[in-house]
Amino acid sequence: MISRKVGRRRFVAGTAVASAAFVAAPFVRGANAAGKLSVGFWDHWVPGANKATEALVKEWGEKNKVEVSMDFITSQGNKLLLTTAAESQAKSGHDVLAFSTWLPARYSEQLVPMNDVMEPLIKENGAVNGTVEYLGKLNGKWLAVPATSGSQIKGPCSRIDLLKKHAGIDIQAMYPVGGAPKADAWNLDNFLKAAEACQKGGNPFGIGLGTTSDSVDTAGALFHAFGAQLVNAKGDIVVKNDQVRQVLDYYKKLMQFLPADVPSWDDASNNKFLVSGQGSLIMNPPSAWAVAKRDAPQVAEQLWTHGFPVGPKGRYAPFLPYFWGIWNFSKNQAAAKSLITFLSQPSSAEKMTNASQGYDLPSFEKLTTFKVWAEESPPKGTLYHYPNPHNHQTLSIAAAPAPHKIAEQIYTQAIQTQMVVRYAKGEAMDKTLDWAAKELEGFTRN
Amino acid sequence: MADVAARNPAALSAQPRSGLHKLMQRKSTIAFLMALPLILLIAILVAYPAGYAVYLATLNKGMTRFVGFGNFEFLFGRDTFWLVVYQSCLFAITAVIFKAIIGFVVAHFVHNIPSKGQRKWRGMLLVPWVIPPAMSTLAWLWLFDPSYSALNWLLAIFGIEGIPWTGEAGWARFSVILVNVWIGSPFFMIMYLAALKSVPDQLYEAASIDGATWWQRIWYVTLPMMRNIIAITALFSLIVTFANFDIVRVLTAGGPLNSTHIFGTWAFRVGIEGGDIPLGAAVSLFMVPILAVAATFILRDITKRGSEV
Repeated sequence: MISRKVGRRRFVAGTAVASAAFVAAPFVRGANAAGKLSVGFWDHWVPGANKATEALVKEWGEKNKVEVSMDFITSQGNKLLLTTAAESQAKSGHDVLAFSTWLPARYSEQLVPMNDVMEPLIKENGAVNGTVEYLGKLNGKWLAVPATSGSQIKGPCSRIDLLKKHAGIDIQAMYPVGGAPKADAWNLDNFLKAAEACQKGGNPFGIGLGTTSDSVDTAGALFHAFGAQLVNAKGDIVVKNDQVRQVLDYYKKLMQFLPADVPSWDDASNNKFLVSGQGSLIMNPPSAWAVAKRDAPQVAEQLWTHGFPVGPKGRYAPFLPYFWGIWNFSKNQAAAKSLITFLSQPSSAEKMTNASQGYDLPSFEKLTTFKVWAEESPPKGTLYHYPNPHNHQTLSIAAAPAPHKIAEQIYTQAIQTQMVVRYAKGEAMDKTLDWAAKELEGFTRN
Repeated sequence: MADVAARNPAALSAQPRSGLHKLMQRKSTIAFLMALPLILLIAILVAYPAGYAVYLATLNKGMTRFVGFGNFEFLFGRDTFWLVVYQSCLFAITAVIFKAIIGFVVAHFVHNIPSKGQRKWRGMLLVPWVIPPAMSTLAWLWLFDPSYSALNWLLAIFGIEGIPWTGEAGWARFSVILVNVWIGSPFFMIMYLAALKSVPDQLYEAASIDGATWWQRIWYVTLPMMRNIIAITALFSLIVTFANFDIVRVLTAGGPLNSTHIFGTWAFRVGIEGGDIPLGAAVSLFMVPILAVAATFILRDITKRGSEV
């Protein structure tokens, strides 16, 4: 794919004039050609969202005289995952690749350290949340840079009218546009009461309990809200604890008010449930709202994205970042770092977020107040609280803080949702915990 | 010199031939050279990946050291693995039996249709088999959809409560087998139809003269004449069904509660999604001994019958 080896020294030597636009760029652009770069981006769900990335990369390539080839690789059917695995095995492929949540840690040995990119970015744009640090940094080494494109919070997206009608909750007052949340009463007890009321009213909450990401993420956030860990940060199996028992009991009650088929839901099921008008609440980024805007505008104008209910140990929301990483077999690492730096600038991040209708979330603290979230409609401000602008909730990922190799298995094998379904379907608590302990024991092997 | 291609004797006597030239004149050499592209293709696309899978299966999780049979030993201690073994056998054996029965019955129906209209029926009945399985399974997924199942809608018309097609372990297993049978039956049908057409009519005539009933004609004439094709079709289908991936992946992704995982889907879950490639390779290799045993028995039977003939 790359025909010429261009080292950092040669890359810098081949350039002449400094580019004021890229302060943090580790090389200086010149009139001479500065090699080639191949980039594999995640192919966005939102139609037209790739165009912003494409335009930004072209702009950077022209300014720096780098010939950039781009591939937008879908995650449908695990295409991106398979591409990553194949490139890792072949030690050949793109210079820069989009890595989903757990992959930077999985391929840590093969990724170029990005501390020299991340440190200036953090200085300029503010800190990243704990989940980004947990997923993207290992032993003090930044493995990859959190990407704007594709990063998301899977918070509740509710029907304003149905919550008001069935549960007496004014979700817009609780999460007002332009202001901090007034959501002290939005706790797990009231969440359960609202779920019951909506179910009785004929519009249940649509919370999946399958084995795909949406279901696992929601379960992960609720486990965190109870402080329920399966494996601790040291790698010890601690699943048989009171917090796990509490969250399983809570879920058992909640499951009574969910549609009977939630154990077989996939990532499309909750979206369909909401867009059809049946559901009153799902846990999803604004893609369901965007689809409703296109296909069911009367539903879209009643949707409001907001925060999770608070539990005994806090208010947690699932955050799933994408990362841009550089393979260590890349022959143009200096240019790759420069491109990633450019794409992580606030102006670039805002363009991507705008093009995705607010779906994409930068991971840096100072980049959570773009206009798009306050202005997107209908109804106006529906996405204001989506990027967690008031740090109202802790952004988390299921299975944290277990060591990555264990946590990834817990996540992909959906141990938490399987525990919930087993227990809720009548299995004894101890049997469920024994099953989980045995599965976890298998994940700890080296 | 039966192995030497026909040549001009005059030309032969005129000039001495080198060893290489003689070699190139051999029929077996020509046959080998002509088959070489295919051999290379199989070596690259089948033998190399298979060998690489064996190599991967002997590495530790981090792929940094050799562990011999460590991954296999580990799997033997996992409940989920034995669940997958059970489900793979249940899935493959049940599906092959039903495909064979349906294929046999339908082949007889089609065989008895006058030849004028037979082509239309053959074409229509082959449709499930010729559509790419991932696509037809998507259509089934919509029929089984947890919330909007078209089948449940039909049941509701008759006042029957909706069935959790992919939501309950039993129904989910039934659903994946049903779709596999739907896709695979036409293959059996076409193979059996070809076999039926090759049974000499004289045998049926002789059986009729002897007063055989239709059942006796099937039992004493049709089935013995079709035994080899039935065995080979069953073996081929068993291999393909054991190695199935797309139907289960699209329909249930192995759920609920791992109750529909088969070797292929679980290997993918563990190896690619879970990042444990050596363990995934070890899971996928478990198909080999099971299929080897089945193949040995079936092929031995065919060879025995062949030598009897």
